[in-house]
Amino acid sequence: MGLKEKLHSIKEDFKGKKMAPAFNALHTFLYTPNETTHSGAHIRAVDDLKRTMNTVIIALLPVLVWGIFNAGYQHYAAIDAAQGVVREASLFGNFFTWDNFILGAWTVLPLVIISYGVGLAVEFVFAVIKGHEVEEGYLVTGMLVPLIVPVDIPLWMLAVAVVFGVVIGKEVFGGTGMNILNPALTIRAFLFFAYPTWMSGDKVWVHGAQAAAGTPDAFSGETILGSYAQNNSVVYDFADKFFGFIPGSVGETSTFLIIIGGLFLMFTKIASWRIILSAVVGAAVMGLIFNGVVDQGWITESSKFYGLMSTPFWEHLIIGGIAFGIVYMATDPVSGAQTNTGKYWYGFLIGFISIMIRVFNPAYPEGVFLAILLMNVFAPTIDHYVVQANVKQRMKRLKLKTA
Amino acid sequence: MSKDIKIKKGLDIKLVGAAEKTLADAPKSRTYVIKPSDFHLVTPKMLFKEGAKVKAGEPLFYSKKDERIKFVSPVSGTLAEIKRGAKRVITHVVIEADGTDATHEFSKLDVKTSSAETIKERMLEAGLWPFIKQRPYDIIAAVDTTPEAIFISGHNSAPLAPDYNFSLKGKEAALQAGVTALAKLTSGKVHLGVAKTADSVFANLSEVELHTVSGPHPSGNVGTQINKIRPVNKGETVWTVAPENLAIIGELFLTGKFNPERVISVSGSSIKKPQYFKTKIGAEVSTFAYSAGINGDNVRMISGNVLTGKQVSADGHLGYYHNEFVAIPEGDDYEFFGWNKPVFNKISSSRALTFSWLFPNKKYDLDTNTNGEHRAFVVTGNYEEVFPMDIYPLQLLKACMVEDLDAMEALGMYEVAPEDFALTEFVCVSKQPHQAIIRKGLDLMHEEIG
Repeated sequence: MGLKEKLHSIKEDFKGKKMAPAFNALHTFLYTPNETTHSGAHIRAVDDLKRTMNTVIIALLPVLVWGIFNAGYQHYAAIDAAQGVVREASLFGNFFTWDNFILGAWTVLPLVIISYGVGLAVEFVFAVIKGHEVEEGYLVTGMLVPLIVPVDIPLWMLAVAVVFGVVIGKEVFGGTGMNILNPALTIRAFLFFAYPTWMSGDKVWVHGAQAAAGTPDAFSGETILGSYAQNNSVVYDFADKFFGFIPGSVGETSTFLIIIGGLFLMFTKIASWRIILSAVVGAAVMGLIFNGVVDQGWITESSKFYGLMSTPFWEHLIIGGIAFGIVYMATDPVSGAQTNTGKYWYGFLIGFISIMIRVFNPAYPEGVFLAILLMNVFAPTIDHYVVQANVKQRMKRLKLKTA
Repeated sequence: MSKDIKIKKGLDIKLVGAAEKTLADAPKSRTYVIKPSDFHLVTPKMLFKEGAKVKAGEPLFYSKKDERIKFVSPVSGTLAEIKRGAKRVITHVVIEADGTDATHEFSKLDVKTSSAETIKERMLEAGLWPFIKQRPYDIIAAVDTTPEAIFISGHNSAPLAPDYNFSLKGKEAALQAGVTALAKLTSGKVHLGVAKTADSVFANLSEVELHTVSGPHPSGNVGTQINKIRPVNKGETVWTVAPENLAIIGELFLTGKFNPERVISVSGSSIKKPQYFKTKIGAEVSTFAYSAGINGDNVRMISGNVLTGKQVSADGHLGYYHNEFVAIPEGDDYEFFGWNKPVFNKISSSRALTFSWLFPNKKYDLDTNTNGEHRAFVVTGNYEEVFPMDIYPLQLLKACMVEDLDAMEALGMYEVAPEDFALTEFVCVSKQPHQAIIRKGLDLMHEEIG
């Protein structure tokens, strides 16, 4: 008896029992189910939710691998810098090294394991209690979470945040497909508001910064946005920022790989090109407005906003988490706008507000996650107006006929 | 206004096993079955008891709501059995054919000179009324309404669809009589959508507004054409008639006889020799299925097309409205890592490691597997790609699911039929039963609003 038949007989045994969803969730990972069509069309397209989610994960893998190496690289680079040694980043010289990988894997993989372990446990429990199948939404969320937190976040903190995010952000609304807010960003927001000193300091972005504080080897692990916000000069050049040899959340640093992932997602039709395109435009427009304000001399160097306002608009797009947010989070179909016209507005406003919050938020110089959460809340409103336009057209047609 | 209709949104599902254009007479069927479930929302009242003799074209039962709407026997024979299901609902009316051609005859009627009243009366008493459907609600038309327009789609774009130019060849006179009759019943026009082909059986019809339709499926769906030509507003009614039924209507006026003959296509990848057969409404599917030959025994047999048809068993019968029979393999098997490996042999509307976009002309051998489990709605934007009507499909489906009558009305529920949602159902990542959702929504509206 082959594996297929064995699993089939176990499935039949479980049928109708409490634990059936838990078993089925594991079973369907190995085999697509033997379900056939019962009503309506007798044939179905091959795409299912697992394939959709899996495609997003594929697009995230390069970013994860880069994040692992970068965690190691930033650690050693910071130690060097503290001792006065200036490092020139080179891909195979000092980036893809065994040391970087070991250290990076040691710090990043626990984040992945905690994120998936805790999150899926919550999902399974809810599926068994409520007697529905385990939906695939968390496959992507679980991968996003470790990529949008700082490397040195304590694991217990992450675990608490994941439980909060999955339960409050998703399950109370009815599970996958019903949530209003993006669960991964809910987790991020929870961390930000529950542990603000951790999340907004300059000690969590590079591994070991916290431990080294106060010792003679102390180094600061400030992000570029942090430096700009304090009107400090930034030591990284364009290539560093674009390819991602910079400190930051695990997955957000390499704009280059994010662009590749974004192109892949748009090509596979999994992510909406409408949202991505209009979000980039929105961010550029806001950046240009700020640049214009600085050029007019309305804001001088003495202003605390000067640093971020004078940052060229294109640079805003490659530093911080905005590229990552636009490609992987704004395109979440559940919490985003659902109509094609609405997607343009939704994306544009995310880009626009991201840069605005980034510049004006005194506590924490990053806006994309707040902007996306804000627009998650307004997405149904945008859709409402788009759909109302269609409804009004229909009413008008009726009036023309009866008049 | 241009009379051409060009559809851009949609999806042509190309399947293996299209019917070859050869026609054979199907062996004579021993029994014929009329299933009242084919007539949505009709509660049948029987006119005969079991054992009674009936002639072809003689009414078997009528609708409880409107006793003028009669349903006739396709053949002469004995009313062998009235099968009942739960709550004594009549499920099958079985007629054992006696092999004679005894037909209930009417006098001929010149439709050109007859009044609308006479035509209507004749259609009712001859059992032709069930062939006329109405929108809203996609049910048999209410007798006392005057439709704003009548729509006929002479272009079938569904997968493996029979070609009207082949199956209706020689019926031009009957089609013309049908059109002339129908034109008297509407305050508007009779609209006919046709594909761009050289010698169409519809090309020379008069008293009809011809529209040339092009583009992928569902360009041939009558609902799509209505939406593009003259969308249904609240309070209005339009009628739809399928061309094969239009021919039956016309023939009755010409000959005085109800001719239940159907030229059907027998197709699908499980059919050994896909071709056309001449048979009758309600005939046993085994008569033509086994003449054409069936590969394997784990096969889904469908009366109607693969998107909207009904599953029938090997001893089942051809549906009242169906003009094709399809057999495709059942997909009740597991597939190892089916959700993440690259797929070349199935159709997909995305490119997520699925490669059907590379081969737009390849023909696929699809089975009945759902390719995934039922989920909540997650993905957005993919229905719109295959849904050409000026309606928001996802929003309408959700309105139906939460039974929000106001929203359903505002979003265009009066214009749709379940078949319009067959393609969105096909591409649905969450494997939601769209057609069932829409049907339920229409029924609810019909009940609450009328």
